[in-house]
Amino acid sequence: MEIPYTVEAHPETGLNNGKIGIWLFLTSEVMLFGALFATFIMLRIGSDGNWAAMQAEAELNILLATVNTLVLIASSLTMVMAWASLMRGQLGRFKLFGWLTVGCGGVFLVIKYFEYTAKFAHDHYPESSTFLAIYFAMTGLHALHVIGGMAWNAYFTGPGSKLFHTNRQWLTDRVEHSGLFWHFVDLVWIFLFPVFYLL
Amino acid sequence: MSEHVDIDKQVRIYFMVFGALMVGTAATVGAYYLDVSVPVALTIGLFIASVKASLVACFFMHLIDEKKIIYWTLALTVAFFIALMALPLLTSVTDQVGEFAEVEAHEPH
Repeated sequence: MEIPYTVEAHPETGLNNGKIGIWLFLTSEVMLFGALFATFIMLRIGSDGNWAAMQAEAELNILLATVNTLVLIASSLTMVMAWASLMRGQLGRFKLFGWLTVGCGGVFLVIKYFEYTAKFAHDHYPESSTFLAIYFAMTGLHALHVIGGMAWNAYFTGPGSKLFHTNRQWLTDRVEHSGLFWHFVDLVWIFLFPVFYLL
Repeated sequence: MSEHVDIDKQVRIYFMVFGALMVGTAATVGAYYLDVSVPVALTIGLFIASVKASLVACFFMHLIDEKKIIYWTLALTVAFFIALMALPLLTSVTDQVGEFAEVEAHEPH
C-alpha cells in the first residue's frame, strides 16, 4: 500500500505529511523547553538574590560557550546549504554540507564534554546548587537534541541519500524537515547561551 | 516553503543571515561587559537573542514564506507559550501582594 502525500501536497493543507509532522513535533518541543524556561524563571525569582552568587560559583566558561554558539550558527548555514544543494541537484555538495553539519554538531558536543568535565573536576554537580541543577538539566537536554539531530542528518547524508537516484524531491523534503529540527536546536541554544552564561 | 524558489537568491540571503547572526553573537557577548544594571542587561541580552532567533526562524526555517496552516499552528503555540511564561510571573506577583497584605494587616492603624 502506498502512503499518500509523502511528496505531493495534501489538498486541504497545501503541505505534505512530513512538513505537517515536523512542525507539530516542533510545537511540542517549544512547550517542553518553555516549561524548563518557566522553571528557570521561577528558580531565579525565588533565589532571594543569591542567583548571581550561584552563577559566579559555577564558573561557566564564556569563551567556550561563545565558540559553541558560533559553531551551531555555522552548522545552521551548512544545513541550509545542504538543502539548497539538493534543490540544485548537486548530490556531492549536499553530502559535503551534510557531513559538515554533522561535524559541527560533533565539535559542539566535544566542547560541551570539556565544559562538563571541568565542572565535575571542581565538584560542581547538579545537586551542588539550584543554578547548576537547571543548567545541567537544560543544557543536557539540549545536547541530547544535538545528538538526535546528528543521527538524523547522518542517516540522510549517508545511506538515506540513495533516495536521490529514485525520488530526489522526497529526499529534498526530508532534508528540509531534518533541517527544521536542526535550526530549532540552534534557536534554543541562542536563548540558553545568554540566559546561563551572560545574564 | 513555496515550490517556486530562486535558489541563488536564497543562498545569498542565507549568507547575509549568517553574517547577521555572527554580529549578533558578538553584540551579545559585548553587552555582557557593559556596566549596566541587571534589568537593563537582561533586556539587552534577551532583545538580541530574540532578533537572532527571528532571523533563524524566518530565513533558515523558511517561515517568511510558509503556508497559513503553519502560521496558525505556531500562533496557537505562542499563545500557550505566553501563558506558560506568565505562570511564574503571576506566582511572583501574587506572592508579593500576599506579603504586602500581611504587612498592612500587622501595621497599627
